[in-house]
Amino acid sequence: MTLDAKIPQGPLAEKWSKHKFDLKLVNPANKRKYDIIVVGTGLAGASAAATLGELGYNVKAYCFQDSPRRAHSIAAQGGINAAKNYQNDGDSVFRLFYDTIKGGDYRAREANVYRLAEVSVNIIDQCVAQGVPFAREYGGLLDNRSFGGSQVSRTFYARGQTGQQLLLGAYSALNRQIHAGKVKMYTRHEMLDVVTIDGHAKGIVTRNMLTGAIDTHAAHAVLLCTGGYSNVFYLSTNAIGSNVTAAWRAHKRGALFANPCYTQIHPTCIPVTGDHQSKLTLMSESLRNDGRVWAPKTAAIAEQLRKGTLKADQVKEDDRDYFLERKYPAFGNLVPRDVASRNAKEMVEEGKGVGGSGFAVFLDFADAIKRLGEETVAAKYGNLFDMYYQITNENPYKQPMRIYPAVHYTMGGLWVDYNLSTTIPGLYALGECNFSDHGANRLGASALMQGLSDGYFVIPYTLGDYLAKIGPKKVDTSHPAFEQTKQDVIAHVNKLLALKGNKTVNEYHRELGHIIWEYCGMARTDAGLRKAKGLIQALKADFWKNAIVTGENEEVNASLERAGRVADFIELGELMIDDALMRKESCGGHFRVESQTADGEALRDDENFAFVAAWEFKGENQPEELHKEPLTFEAVHLSQRNYA
Amino acid sequence: MSNGNMNLTLKVWRQKNAQTAGKFVSYKAENISPDMSFLEMLDVVNESLTHKGDEPINFDHDCREGICGMCSLYINGHPHGPKRGVTTCQLHMRTFHDGETITIEPWRAEAFPIVKDLAVDRSAFDRIQQAGGYVSVNTGGVPDGNAIPIPKVIADEAFNSATCIGCGACVAACKNASAMLFVSAKITQLGLLPQGQPERYRRVQSMVAQMDEEGFGNCTNTGACEAECPKEIKLTNIARMNNDYFSAKLFRQEEIHEQNH
Amino acid sequence: MSEFKQTFNSSLGKKLIMALTGLFLCTFLIVHVGGNLLLFNNDNGFSFNVYANFLTHFPPIEVIAYLLYLSILVHALYGLILTVKNRKARPVGYAVATKSDASWSSKNMGLLGSILFLFIVIHMGDFWYRYHNDKNMGFKEYRTDLATGVTTVADYTPANAEFSHSVATENNVEIVRVKDLHTRVATSFSNIIYVLFYVIAMGAVAFHLLHGFQSAFRTLGWVHRKYTPIVYFIGTWLFAVIIPLAFAAMPVYYYYLSTQGAH
Ligand SMILES: Cc1cc2nc3c(=O)[nH]c(=O)nc-3n(C[C@H](O)[C@H](O)[C@H](O)COP(=O)(O)OP(=O)(O)OC[C@H]3O[C@@H](n4cnc5c(N)ncnc54)[C@H](O)[C@@H]3O)c2cc1C
Ligand code: HEM
Ligand code: SF4
Ligand code: FES
Repeated sequence: MTLDAKIPQGPLAEKWSKHKFDLKLVNPANKRKYDIIVVGTGLAGASAAATLGELGYNVKAYCFQDSPRRAHSIAAQGGINAAKNYQNDGDSVFRLFYDTIKGGDYRAREANVYRLAEVSVNIIDQCVAQGVPFAREYGGLLDNRSFGGSQVSRTFYARGQTGQQLLLGAYSALNRQIHAGKVKMYTRHEMLDVVTIDGHAKGIVTRNMLTGAIDTHAAHAVLLCTGGYSNVFYLSTNAIGSNVTAAWRAHKRGALFANPCYTQIHPTCIPVTGDHQSKLTLMSESLRNDGRVWAPKTAAIAEQLRKGTLKADQVKEDDRDYFLERKYPAFGNLVPRDVASRNAKEMVEEGKGVGGSGFAVFLDFADAIKRLGEETVAAKYGNLFDMYYQITNENPYKQPMRIYPAVHYTMGGLWVDYNLSTTIPGLYALGECNFSDHGANRLGASALMQGLSDGYFVIPYTLGDYLAKIGPKKVDTSHPAFEQTKQDVIAHVNKLLALKGNKTVNEYHRELGHIIWEYCGMARTDAGLRKAKGLIQALKADFWKNAIVTGENEEVNASLERAGRVADFIELGELMIDDALMRKESCGGHFRVESQTADGEALRDDENFAFVAAWEFKGENQPEELHKEPLTFEAVHLSQRNYA
Repeated sequence: MSNGNMNLTLKVWRQKNAQTAGKFVSYKAENISPDMSFLEMLDVVNESLTHKGDEPINFDHDCREGICGMCSLYINGHPHGPKRGVTTCQLHMRTFHDGETITIEPWRAEAFPIVKDLAVDRSAFDRIQQAGGYVSVNTGGVPDGNAIPIPKVIADEAFNSATCIGCGACVAACKNASAMLFVSAKITQLGLLPQGQPERYRRVQSMVAQMDEEGFGNCTNTGACEAECPKEIKLTNIARMNNDYFSAKLFRQEEIHEQNH
Repeated sequence: MSEFKQTFNSSLGKKLIMALTGLFLCTFLIVHVGGNLLLFNNDNGFSFNVYANFLTHFPPIEVIAYLLYLSILVHALYGLILTVKNRKARPVGYAVATKSDASWSSKNMGLLGSILFLFIVIHMGDFWYRYHNDKNMGFKEYRTDLATGVTTVADYTPANAEFSHSVATENNVEIVRVKDLHTRVATSFSNIIYVLFYVIAMGAVAFHLLHGFQSAFRTLGWVHRKYTPIVYFIGTWLFAVIIPLAFAAMPVYYYYLSTQGAH
């Protein structure tokens, strides 16, 4: 198989306009003859479903929650980037493009990223028109904040709830189409497989999570907008239900999975308190605008802090190490996430960690409060401070926050070409579910941008081209491939339900998480990864023998849902390990201990690894096959990232 | 696995589905840590039920950080538990004391039928939003984001209304099972912003009509919703909705049809 | 027309009716309490009887009175409809009663309203119905010497059954002959049960309006950062304190007089 990314010819800045012109169109009267399936109603899915409905297609949309409004995008806090240059501080489409490519450590496709930067400006306009209440200045114009990895202020926000407001905007557009009868919404439905006919995606199989009914749905194209797979780590900032199942089942049907080992560890999360913990909570990156990250200068002081004999605010200025400001004077606390995370980890490893467990550093607002006053700080971050207080019972206005990195985002995902098509024609992947725009590390506030760009402004064009080519001939579920796939799903469900062992699915999940975090987390080594591979294989075998799945199919059954997701995570986990093993360089979020500069920074190997690793499924328990999509850079010059 | 020292008795509503009758069942929750969230405490109970081969308690949840609106639970007489301004997933066990008996019920309302155990069907909320909770603009062709300045106070107020997470605690708390806080929050958000003006009077009629159809009760300005709303949505929203509704119905000249086909 | 029908059948429309009728009743209360304060005039019921007579014989007031009766009926009826509908919205209740923060009166408007309705029926039966229909109700004749301003009172028996009232001036003496509601009031309020019932009912008025007055403004959508506190102030002090106290003071005062054996 050769991977064709279908990148349009021509100068970078003209590729998208030219491509839009070259794409075939579906004439307005014909649009209603096409059915489109959209799985997932987060930012990517809701915006795609709404826009396709507006254009006149018949859309069927699916989500596993009880309402599209609850997709995990709702939890995004900090903001969304756009190259508006409203602040007149030197921003431009090119600069946003450049920052994103550089932030991604030169492992993303130039053309995609440029397009993303280009349409970013339209996203803000669209959201404002929908009634998204972005933060504003007294003059009535939109306000901006800055985010990690950039030196301009281009992040639009709605207090600490930007994702919520953007999603509710997309949800409202979706609702309008549901009301108009152009979108049919299936909530509490979990997609469990893709149906392909002659190599083209023609539908999906779902399980109705209320009744257990396993149904087939046909369409001319299927869009997967099912989010990221951070929950492979068990503990992450993602919602409990976030899963890889849809993407993974598509992978097993032939869609290549790209860069699975590129995962992002977010530097500012609330540290773990104990084994009972079910998820981690992010403290938005925006906090690093005003908060200063530090650890005690010596392990001895850290020890006192851990024991509680010394309070953080009693530590003398001289005894504090503002390690990010010290090491990276240009970007200071606003270095990209991977850099900030790794530095925190280093502090902990040097014995300078704080908090009960020792797995934390401080994020201090004392200076900001002194400079701006408590009221201003509260206006900017109030809800985050409240959230911190709720969880830790400590008042961050008085004591610095304790933070520690946690898994937050997955840059890897289904491989897609410039048109967002996976390697299965007719099957598209949008949003966090695909791998496309963030390379080996995502900059803050750019996932929301990507999800909405894919859904509002890219897929409506690129999908039309495919549809025009295949023609509006009706597809329905009478083709035997539907029944066949449905039987496969039923068999899988029954296999899970037959598990009546002695270990809960949750216990397996937690174990998987430990393995991945330990060996495929912030730092990875050859030996560790090899060990992890064995551990995961053993875990998988054990799971299929000893897991407990309660209840039956024909009812609401959270145990069954969970089991299916964890089974897929285990398989994905193994692929992540393979990918991380193969990639012997360090880049972005993927830090191979063997590949670092003299002062401990990630060391890329552009000669050997400037490619996208796309993996092909070759059958159960078979090694996957690696396909490489070479990355070529015309507009930017590859350099070692340097934030000092 | 748990590592705390609180022991509690739970009285939990168990009901297989909407068609069968339900009942309270008592469970022991042992070795609970005060740092656990309420849902993590239920996880502990569910793990032990699963080990015994029993069916775990079913409840809705997802984000576990107070923003998706999926979690519910009526705990000891309070939706989302006794603490103000938080959802159940943000409620920590330190709010309770060792030896306490905690009664956990599902949201109760005609418009929120029970799905299973503690989970209810809140799709009525979606249908109300579908009836008109939007600005009718298609993707593309909209003016620049800064084309219409919006006074900061207006934007902030609209934001406050927009923070509703659609959890339904207002309905659960209200003695009349009224959904007016939820409905009015959206109407207010869009009614305040210039972008929402063109459809302001249409929207309020459509959404109120759908709300009535769903079988929610009627507001008597009791204020329990405001007291229990995890996002502290203000009662003032309801007054705004009333105002818009009466303007639309009684005073506006133009013929305004509800958005039905 | 159907648009109006639809409006008033909607949840908000029904509330609008509650609020408008409720507020109308509130304005009436002000007038009513003002008039009834004449009961405290120690003039053998002269001013009170004249006032009662005026209310029943001045045509515009009569129209308003019928509006008032209608309001009471409509208000009670819609209160009933809404209460029933609200019950239906939660067919299965909670095992643990709600502990949500909400004022007692706001949660018991139906109960308070029912007490009020009962009170109004009895109250109107006792005074209004008798005043209009009781053939046995006596008349009083007040003679005021216009030179000295001294008034004397005597029972008066009308010459024919159709007589309602008369005012005449003879020899610089003004002679007013009216129905004697005042005596009826005094008699009723010498009964302790009756007095207690009145006092309780006024308690119900207080609580009903403590919530009701401001609630009506909310229902109408009249909430304003600057003015709503004033509405609360009026609702609390005028409608939930002063007016009910003033009303309650009347039976108590008359009962007190009756125990003194003289008036
Ligand atoms: C705590 C947190 C904070 C963040 N903050 C920011 C930020 O400030 N700025 C930023 O740019 N990014 C942020 N991100 C990242 C960003 O929120 C996500 O990457 C983005 O929202 C993903 O959107 P999505 O539409 O791709 O997927 P999601 O929003 O995750 O939606 C997935 C959808 O797929 C559905 N689904 C999944 N599997 C199935 C299935 N098998 N069957 C049916 N339906 C399925 C779900 O129901 C859901 O509707 C944050 C992420 C987290 C976790
Ligand atoms: C006939 C007996 C009465 C009954 C049965 C009754 C019943 C009710 C009920 C159930 C409500 C609650 C409705 C709501 O809050 O939306 C209510 C509200 C109200 N009542 Fe009454 N009531 C009666 C008499 C009165 C009287 C005598 C007055 C005034 C003097 C009055 C004034 C009000 C007001 C102002 C409201 C508030 C309306 C609103 O909330 O919008 N009521 N009444
Ligand atoms: S108004 Fe408050 S209680 Fe009601 S749904 Fe919204 S957030 Fe929940
Ligand atoms: S689980 Fe999302 S709000 Fe509680």
